[in-house]
Amino acid sequence: MNKFWKSGDPFVWVTGASLMFSLLMIGGLLFLIMSKGLGFFWPSDIAEVELKDESKYLGQITDREKIPQPGAPEETQQKSRILFKIGNRDLYDLDFKWIDEDDIKEISYPKDAVIFERREWGDMYGLIKDINQRGNIISGTGENSWMLLKTDIENSNGIYKQIKDIEKNKIGDINRDIEEFRLGIRKLELQGETNQIKVKEIEGKIAGQNRLYDEQESILSSLYEKLNENKITVSIIDGREKEMSIGAIVRAYRPNSMSWFDKAVLYTSKLWEFVSDDPREANTEGGVFPAIFGTVLMVLIMSIVVLPFGVLAALYLKEYATQGILVRIVRICVNNLAGVPSIVFGVFAVGFFIYGIGGTIDNIFYKEALPNPTFGTGGILWASLTLALLTVPVVIVATEEGLSAVPKEIKEGSLALGATKFETTWKVIIPSAMPAILTGLILAIARATGEVAPLMITGVVKLAPELPIDSHFPFMHLERKFMHLGFHIYDVGFQSPNVEAAKPMVFTTALLLIIIVVVLNLAAIIIRNQLKKKYTTSGV
Amino acid sequence: MESAIKESQKKSEIPLHTTLGDQIQMDQIRTDEGVRQKIIIPDPIVEISNLNLRYGLKPALINVNIEIPKNHATAFIGPSGCGKSTLLRCLNRLNDLVDGVDIEGNIIINGEDIYNPRLDVTELRRRVGMVFQKSNPFPKSIYENVAYGARIAGINKKSTLDEIVEKSLRGAALWDEVKDRLRDSALGFSGGQQQRLCIARAIAVEPDVLLMDEPCSALDPIATGKIEDLITELKRNYTIVIVTHNMQQAARVSDFTAFMYLGKIIEYDHTEKIFLNPSYKQTEDYVSGKFG
Repeated sequence: MNKFWKSGDPFVWVTGASLMFSLLMIGGLLFLIMSKGLGFFWPSDIAEVELKDESKYLGQITDREKIPQPGAPEETQQKSRILFKIGNRDLYDLDFKWIDEDDIKEISYPKDAVIFERREWGDMYGLIKDINQRGNIISGTGENSWMLLKTDIENSNGIYKQIKDIEKNKIGDINRDIEEFRLGIRKLELQGETNQIKVKEIEGKIAGQNRLYDEQESILSSLYEKLNENKITVSIIDGREKEMSIGAIVRAYRPNSMSWFDKAVLYTSKLWEFVSDDPREANTEGGVFPAIFGTVLMVLIMSIVVLPFGVLAALYLKEYATQGILVRIVRICVNNLAGVPSIVFGVFAVGFFIYGIGGTIDNIFYKEALPNPTFGTGGILWASLTLALLTVPVVIVATEEGLSAVPKEIKEGSLALGATKFETTWKVIIPSAMPAILTGLILAIARATGEVAPLMITGVVKLAPELPIDSHFPFMHLERKFMHLGFHIYDVGFQSPNVEAAKPMVFTTALLLIIIVVVLNLAAIIIRNQLKKKYTTSGV
Repeated sequence: MESAIKESQKKSEIPLHTTLGDQIQMDQIRTDEGVRQKIIIPDPIVEISNLNLRYGLKPALINVNIEIPKNHATAFIGPSGCGKSTLLRCLNRLNDLVDGVDIEGNIIINGEDIYNPRLDVTELRRRVGMVFQKSNPFPKSIYENVAYGARIAGINKKSTLDEIVEKSLRGAALWDEVKDRLRDSALGFSGGQQQRLCIARAIAVEPDVLLMDEPCSALDPIATGKIEDLITELKRNYTIVIVTHNMQQAARVSDFTAFMYLGKIIEYDHTEKIFLNPSYKQTEDYVSGKFG
């Protein structure tokens, strides 16, 4: 027995088991997120459920579970219930319903049941009754209406796009100009300008912009009229009817009569919508593109800031500072800084960056906009700087390790050729330590992408109307608030009124966040390996 | 530097050589002045007189006096820890980098005191090149490695650099092997090639003196043979000072040899004299392999 222990085999098993356990946990997490998240977009069949009390429901079965029976005796038979998505939130109030399997009389799958994805009120399940144009019925039940509906939806989506373009870009531009002119007048007032001619001139410009605004407004109202021209009447399973404009429908499909291939096409288009579109319905539907954009841009700005700062600080600590008790204390402090809870950094950033620096910038450069803050409120710049502060210890530690690993011979070789210490550092030591520096950056990126707490108080919002980069001068609007995937998960999952509808969004968004972390890391790892290959192809 | 030396002189109450003298048995070592500088060097490029060096409290060089002839190879031999590398590194002031080093005495290279505080150390190091024990090419291409010193000296013209690189690589007998791969990383080559690259890099700045600190200790016999041939070739144009553990190597490549033991130069003479007919028993014991 003693020999058995001494042989070391049990130890090998323990190490193997530990690794196995870690891998299982990671794998399990990924599997859970992927299965829950990716299945969300798959159009499952519409079921018609008839209960024993004669009431009927139309919808999709999304979950099944055992009914908890606390305190029941052991031998009680386990019963199950299903979570049924019945949609039609405007009619039923709730769009999910638990149904005990014991109460079900029959489940069938009607071929012509339709899912209407709407811009408001979530999905509607029902059958097409008829389609009318300004009150005149142009098509009744049957395949004709379905074909007509499809082309109508295509048309109305085109019109809707135009409307969005006018609202967002044309009217947005006009509003921006009016705001600029208003600020111009305010600036003149602040400067004590008594010359009324200038003010009059600007007011004239504002009037011009207002005329343009009215023009766009009339175009908009005619477009809206066109959008709501055709209406559809849907018969609901409980006998009620609902009339709505076709312009309110994003897409309609009949999963029960779709082939596997059609479903795959629909699945891809929904997935694409998810990553490329703006959110709808309090973020529980539509896409998360602004959040992806905000997350990636924030991490990039953070990297640009943290890399030079971390590397310079580490260079001083390692190469220039006299090694002694003071440097050792500084090093310990830097290491501890990495362990400070991130919310503390957030609070510091609010006080220092936002109110301190941002407030000062506003007072000097954006006086005319006050009391509305420009930089004196949360924004992507401040959030990035907060994360840079949070991750700078990681870069410092990694860089210092990299600098220590540069062989003394190489340093001396450079000095022996008549190079100064600065030249040696710049031309030989930093290139040699580059892989280690990038490893530090990878760790910093991984940490920063997953951080949410400090962002919540430094500039992340539930819904940002504009991206931080657009086509308006100066193109980069770093003072703007932004959306973030991590915060999106929190917001959709825990702040949403419609918890069941939001649940799959949480998983898909989490999956997306993981993918982004992986992609950012992979990019850094590829760069690092290129550098490694360049610098450390070992010979001897 | 000089002020530091003066301060250290003030601080140290006990003369350096006596400190060591307490530690070792004086009767084993012949230390009288006349013995150490026995031969007359006709055209010395390096003159070292009364050099003492210690790391903290530990003396490493004791009263070293030696003159090194121009355009010859001079070898320092001796057992490990005898101070030969330390002596070598005094010649390009690389010891300045070590914390707690005290140096006193004079080193004159080409008529200039190199421990003069007004001297530009980088300028000195350009005139006194060095090849290290472990080949230490920079993580750059062959070309950039050789051009490094020239670039540091402010030469940036492409044609001039090309010329320097080719000349140096030819000088180090490496040109034919690498001429098609000048842009490849230097780290992809064999140890012997790397070491010759380091020699090329050192001679690219055309130094007066070339210091070699056990240049072959990490190489196989074939690579060692190539480096030794190269040294024989180079000493026509350069003054070479080589530290080696390998006595056969010293015998093969050097014209003069200094035998060092415990921080002192025991015997300094023509190489044949040292190996065939040494004046001191200590030297004889070492070169014949009785100790060391």
